Parts: sequence; structure tokens; C-alpha cells
Amino acid sequence: MTESSIWDQVLDYSHRPNPYPLYQEMRKTPVSQLPDGAYLVSTYAEIVSLLHDPRVSSDLSNNPHALAMAAEAAGVRGAEESIEAAAAAEAEGDGEVEGEGGRPMSKTFLLMDPPDHDRMRRLAMRHFGPPNSPRRIADLEPKMLQLVTDLIDAMEGKERIDFVEDLAYPFPVSVICELLGVPDEDKARFRVWVDMALQSTDPSLDPETQKARGEEAGKELNAFMSELVAAHQENPGTDMLSAMATDDGPEGRMTTEELVSVGLLLLIAGHETTVNLISNGALTLLRHPEVLQRLRDDPDLAIPMVEELLRYEPPVHFVPFRTALADIEVAGTTIPEGSAITLVLGAGNRDPGHVSDPDNFVPERENNEHLGFGGGIHMCFGAPLARLEAQVALTEMARRLQNPRLVTDPPPYRISPILRGPLHLEMDIDGIRP
Amino acid sequence: MRLVVDLTKCQGYAQCAFLAPDVFSIQGDEALVYDPNPSEEQRRRVLRAAAACPVQAIKLDRVDRAAVPPVPGEPPEEEGSGDGSQDAFMQTGRIVIVGASLAGLRAAEKLREEGFSGSLTLVGDEPHEPYDRPPLSKQVPAGVVAPEHTDLPRQREIDADWKLGVAATGLDLQGKQVRLADGTALDFDKLLISTGVRARPWPNPEEAALKGVLTLRTREDGARLQELLAARPRRVLVIGAGFIGSEIASVCVELGLDVTVAEAGPAPLGAALGGVVGAIAGEIQKENGVDLRCGVRVTALEGDASGQLCRVRLSDGTTLEVDVAVAALGVIRNVDWLEDSGLACGPWGVACDAGCRVIDANGLVTDDIFVAGDVARAPQPMFGYQFLAIEHWGNVVTQAEVAAHNMVNGQAGRWPHLAVPKFWSVQFGHEIKSVGVPSVADEVVITQGSVAQRRFLAVYGYKGRIVAAVAFNQNKWVEFYEPLIERAAPFPPPLALVDEPTHADPVPAGFQAMASPTQDATVVVTGHDPGERRATLNRTPLR
Repeated sequence: MTESSIWDQVLDYSHRPNPYPLYQEMRKTPVSQLPDGAYLVSTYAEIVSLLHDPRVSSDLSNNPHALAMAAEAAGVRGAEESIEAAAAAEAEGDGEVEGEGGRPMSKTFLLMDPPDHDRMRRLAMRHFGPPNSPRRIADLEPKMLQLVTDLIDAMEGKERIDFVEDLAYPFPVSVICELLGVPDEDKARFRVWVDMALQSTDPSLDPETQKARGEEAGKELNAFMSELVAAHQENPGTDMLSAMATDDGPEGRMTTEELVSVGLLLLIAGHETTVNLISNGALTLLRHPEVLQRLRDDPDLAIPMVEELLRYEPPVHFVPFRTALADIEVAGTTIPEGSAITLVLGAGNRDPGHVSDPDNFVPERENNEHLGFGGGIHMCFGAPLARLEAQVALTEMARRLQNPRLVTDPPPYRISPILRGPLHLEMDIDGIRP
Repeated sequence: MRLVVDLTKCQGYAQCAFLAPDVFSIQGDEALVYDPNPSEEQRRRVLRAAAACPVQAIKLDRVDRAAVPPVPGEPPEEEGSGDGSQDAFMQTGRIVIVGASLAGLRAAEKLREEGFSGSLTLVGDEPHEPYDRPPLSKQVPAGVVAPEHTDLPRQREIDADWKLGVAATGLDLQGKQVRLADGTALDFDKLLISTGVRARPWPNPEEAALKGVLTLRTREDGARLQELLAARPRRVLVIGAGFIGSEIASVCVELGLDVTVAEAGPAPLGAALGGVVGAIAGEIQKENGVDLRCGVRVTALEGDASGQLCRVRLSDGTTLEVDVAVAALGVIRNVDWLEDSGLACGPWGVACDAGCRVIDANGLVTDDIFVAGDVARAPQPMFGYQFLAIEHWGNVVTQAEVAAHNMVNGQAGRWPHLAVPKFWSVQFGHEIKSVGVPSVADEVVITQGSVAQRRFLAVYGYKGRIVAAVAFNQNKWVEFYEPLIERAAPFPPPLALVDEPTHADPVPAGFQAMASPTQDATVVVTGHDPGERRATLNRTPLR
């Protein structure tokens, strides 16, 4: 099988439930070139080295070809379907093109290189975590538990639940809304646009309609965040958006445009990936009922188990749209200057050259160094939040759902090969424990 | 619970500081500080932090955990096995480790891990079980960690016979015995020397004996410094601006104490980082309020009637009123006990091959005497096979592991110690990370970031090859430079990097010419026939 045919199959929706045999095939050639000129990197050590390689740029303006692909991906897949694509969609062409309403949009730090990346990330991090706000995430734990408890309480009386609809989706959305200071009543509005954006990936619709829905969703989300930012600037609370809107750190205050783009990035990336982490985790537990039982008996098992889930069933499978600023030799192949690079994290995570017994789910695996959150300067901003959410959600699932059984295996998957996870996860339960 | 963070691995992702904010915190952009002995209440949060570390740098005490495999572990597959004597050694052999600190402990753990189930004795001249030293110049003097809370965590039970508070006084190579200060002797089949170094004292013994004058190496030193700083001295004098001296100055600033640093060389950290990067470190000290005086020697420490330090005189003609003076003048290798052993040892350390096998005075490799840690002086194939003693935490760990492995494996299964040296320092809220050996360089170039913002990478070259990289608050890029050093990539590196500085021309690195210890030939050769010829170390000073 050629690299391009393997890659085509990875992208093909029919392989969404289990891309891992394709990844195994792909790893036989650690660095391969696709017909469109882009390079795929699929083995652990090579991915890690490129994540730390200053010759690899995340700034799409260094690569017109990748920029075009990103714009297309954003248009076709919809704003929520990939973090990178989402950021590209927000940026509406990376600042080269005017944003919605004729206003130039600033891109997010996801698609920036240092020093701009570092400055923007520090500006956002000031209000999210250490060194300036070290307790914000750890202190959310009781609130997280309350949110999960309420969602599980609401399952009372049901014999069949959809774990995605009933918990894995609403929980992270509530957490990120709590964190950013999005009012409860706006959650429903927000969902409308996410659904609309999802239609942009519906293959049963014609491409024109898909594109229109995606653009409309992007426009609405932008307008929504602009409104929200304005409200927080006028009436600040204790949430993160208020802090970002009003704080004057040593590096100054974010502009309104920056606030809108960072706000949207956090809102979207802050839950879309976590939904997958939690639902992939629930699915894996249902496939391993003995682990589910062990987690019930020992909630601390959730701590290493979530790391193993991030390795075994990561929520983000690729990092696309990186660009080589120079000729880069990787595993005997030279990636020429200007080439687009896609790092296949999902393949690297199961590289037998890095981890023993990679295709087995070993919840207590020690020294688990994985690519679940990427690495280097772009490592997932929200990683600690996602970890804690997954630990709380899956521990409570194990503790409270009585005898959960998977209805369909594999469940229906979401469209995206990048942000991979079940669209629905129906399970039958015998009841809810107090 | 006890923990240690391998800061040579840490890249400042801060996952631990998010998840256990009472135990781990970040200073500045990415400098991690932590409590090595958090309370049991923090247990779950610490477990979360350790699991979440992207580079798995947090090591917890694991001896009480059921998951730890029983001692001894499964013996590894031995190449060319069937060697009965090797099998017997693994079962009933006697290994003595002299030096019960990081290297000794890590080697002991590794020996058990590799299946050695014979008798294991650890000898240490300090009365404590192995403890971690980096906090002694950081968290301990700052008063945030108690000196006795720095015990190293145990990765596994090692089932050793501990001889603590007893120094080794001699080695009988022929009789395979280590003599101890209590008059007893230990028989061994294989020996690991990991006696480390001690602080170089202030050269004038009377002045060194004044109250308020100290060096910093041991837990007791750390406790004393913590106490002295807590008493709010009028001014602290730090003599020597190497890493220890600079870190102490940083702690003084953190505590709001007036501090003067007297450095004989042209810049702080000059011996390790060279004059160019050292000058930047000097600017950082000054902008943090340190009274930094380079090119200045301390000519006298003066006490009052009670023997308390009260005044110092400097070679720039000034006098300072100070209550505390810390001599941070580097180290002396603990080789005195090996003086008559016939091993190749001296002020430069104990010489060994790349597999940690000690070399005797004739230059012959011994087969059952090994050395690891600060006292070891090993050839570095990456740097022209120079014999270098490297006093870095990470080097101690990797060298101890290689030594232990080689002690229990035959010729074909041995490992060379080829780890690229790395070190870190936390000072004035900045994280300094080094990979390679900057001090062998002749040139340096800034490749990424901004010196003005104190976020940059400096790459060091020697004769057109990259030999080291030093990062100030740019931790996550350091990994990129390591393979360039390993492969002796051309210097200066071709620049097409993110965040390139506008000016990126190599300049002389600014290291002071250093006399190689081998220039002081201290060996005389005797005998005529091949079987008679012997080299003997000559202890008489040549000049």
C-alpha cells in the first residue's frame, strides 16, 4: 500500500472507528510524502523532535499552500472540527484577509511563532494558570464534581443514555463557560452555532450549503464573542475573560480583537477536544469492564488511566499545517524548505519503538510519555483542565452508573479524522447509584 | 511523601504547578520550584502532577507501594550466558558502594533492578540517608523547605547494609578491602567509588572559623545558612559567582537582604558559561539589586571580639560591614582516602574509562573497581576524548546507572556513558538550562529569542562544531540542540529558525584559559622489564 493510499484511508470516514492498523502501516515509513507535496511524520521520536524543532513554523503565512489547505479545511469541516482549522477559521485567512464585518481579525497563538506566540500565550496564561493564577484550575475541582453529579442525577429513571449528549458534551461546555464567564443562558445559543457548524461537515448536504453553514456559524460565533467581550469589559467579574479584558500585566492589555480571538479559541478548543477525551474514555472503559470495576474500587486509578487514554485513544490525532523553514533531515529523509508537515500524533502514540505493548490499554502504565497534548511550545494550553475533567467524569461514571453496557460497537463517530471521537455513545444502564 | 524533580528533564510545561499548586510553583516564565516533602494531604494532587508531567521528571517515593517488584528483580538476559562465575556473583557476590549520596543510591537501585541479589553495602561519611543537594542553595536557604526534608525518594527497596556516619579511609586493591574510620574493613568483590566532592573552604583557617563564615555543600551547611539568613543580617557577602554563589545571591534578593557578590573573574558564571553569556548573567544580578563586583578579591574577613564576622576588605579598596560570608569557591574531590590505593586519582578526580571502570596509576583499566558521580573523571568521546569531571545532577544519575549496569554485566553487555552533559540553575526567577559542555567552546552565537527580554538561546562552538547550547527561559527548545551536539553539527548553525534575533554573528565565547590538570605530571615510572615497569603517583609538589 502506498503512503497516499494509507492516508486516503485514514481520512476516509469508514476507517474512523479504528485507524490504528493504518497507522501501523504508516509507521513503516516514518516520514513520507503525499502527492500534494506535504510530509507525514508518524513515529514517536521523529514527531517529538519536530515538535521541538525551531525550523518548523506554525505560522501559515510561511506557507501559502498550507494556508490554502487550512482555509479549505476550515470552510469544509466547519469551525469546530479541528483546533487548527478552528483557529484558521477564526483568523479567516490568517489576518491576510479581513475578518467578519470588515474588521481585521488577529490570529490566535496556535498559528503563531515566537516571539508573538510566546507573548500572546503568556498574556492568556496569566489568567489561566501559573505563575500568576496558579490555583484557578485546581480550585475548579469541586465545581466540576457538582456539574458531573447534576448531569448523572438527571439520568435517573433512564434505561438508555447517550453518554455524549448526557455527559461528555455538556460537562466540558459548562466548565469552559464557568471558567470564561459565559452566562448559563448562552450555552443553548452557543450550541445552535456548533450544530450549524457541524452541518458544514454533513456529507449529505451539497458543498455549497456546507460552506455556507460553516461560514454562518463562524460569523455568529464571532459576533457572540465580541458581544461577550464587550459585556466583560464593561462589567467585569471574577472569570478569566474579565481578567483578560481588564488586567494590565507587564506586557500590556490584550486588544479587543485579541480578546475575541483568544476567547473563541479557548471556548471552542476548550471543550471540543475534551468531549472526545471523555467519550473515548467511556467507550474504552465499556470495552474493558474489568478496568471499569477497578476504577470503581480505586478512584486514584483515574490518574494514570487518563494519561493512558491520552496515549491509547487521543482526542487529537494530527497536528497539520506546520511548515519547514529550512531543509530538515528526519529519519534519513530530507523535508525540503517550504514543505507542509503533518505530525500524526495518533500513530506516534502507539509506536512500539517508544512504548511496549502499544496496542494494549494498560490503565496503570508508568512513565507514560505520550503525544496526547502535543509537545514543545505549542503543547495544549488546556491540558490540565482536560485531565482534571476527564478524571472527574470517568471516576463518577464508574462509581454511579449501574452495569453500563454499550449498545452499538463501534458507535457512530464524528466526521473529523483530526478530532476523533464518538458522535453518540449509547449505553444501557440498570440505574444510578447515589 | 518524598519527591524529587529531575530538572534536567523538566521543560517548564507547568502541569504539576496547575495540578498541585501547593507543592509546585513556577517562578518567572518557567523556573520550577517545589516542596520535596509535601504533606499526605497533598497526596492525590501530587500523584496527578507526577502522572501529568509530559517528560516524566517527577520521581516519587515508591518503596511502600505494592507495585514495586520484589527484590531482587528478574535477572536480565545475559549475552553469552552460561558463565557460571557471573551467575554466582549475581547471587552471592559482595558489592560495596563508598559514598551514600545521589550516585550511591541510584547505583544501588540500579544494581537491584538488574537482578543483583548478593550483599550490598553502602558506606557514607555523613550520618544521613541520601539526600538531594540542589535545594540546599535554593529552597532551603530561602526558608521554604526544611533541610531535613530533602531526603531522596526511593524508587525501590534496595535491601542494603548501611554504614552511615563512617568514612572510608583506605582501599586495599590487592586484598579487595575497604578500610573504614571505625577500624573495621569491608571485603568486596566489586567496588563503586561515589565519594563526590566537598566545598573548598575559605583558605585562611582563622577567618574561616569566624561565626557567620560558611561554605555550602551539606545539609548542615544548608541549615546553618537558612538560620543565618532568617536572622536578617545587615549584608551578606558571597565570595565567588559560580552557580552556587549566584543562587545564594538570588535567595538573598528574594528575602530582601542586601548582598554583595565578589567575583575574581570578569563575570559571574564565567567558568561555566564564558564571558559573553556571563556578562548577561551579571546584568541580571545588577538589575535585581545585587552589589556585583567582578575582578575583585576578598582580602580579609574580620571578626569582632566575640569571633563574629563583622567586616570584610576587598581588593578594590573598599570595606563592607557584613554579618554573613559564604565562600562559594568550588569543590575539592574526595579522593584522600584513595591516596595509597594505586588508582589514578588526584585533585582532578578518579580517572575511569567511558564505562566507569577505574583506571589505575599505570593507566590500566581495572575490572572490578568502578566510579560514578562528581568524583569521576571520564573520557568524553564527544569532546575529543578529553577526561572531564562533570558535577551535574543529571550526569550523576546517568553515570551511576551505567556504572551499576556494567558492574553486573560481562564484557559484551557493557554500556558506555555517552549522555550529553546537562545542567540547570534557577536564579532571579530565570531558568538557565545547559546542554553539552560550554567550557570547551571558543565561540558563541545567539540563535533564538531576545537577550534584552532574558529569553534566548546561546549556541557554543569549538573549531566549527557545535559543542553546547545554553537557554535562558527557553527550556522547550533545548531538546533541539542536543542531537546537534551529539553529531558535531557545524558551527555556527545555518539560521532559518523561528524567533531569530536580528544580529546573530558568532563572537569569542570568552572563557579564560584554563590549565589542564594533566599538565601537572605527578607520575613517575620505574622498572625496566615489561613485567616490572610501574607508574607511581608522585605526591610531592613539583614547584
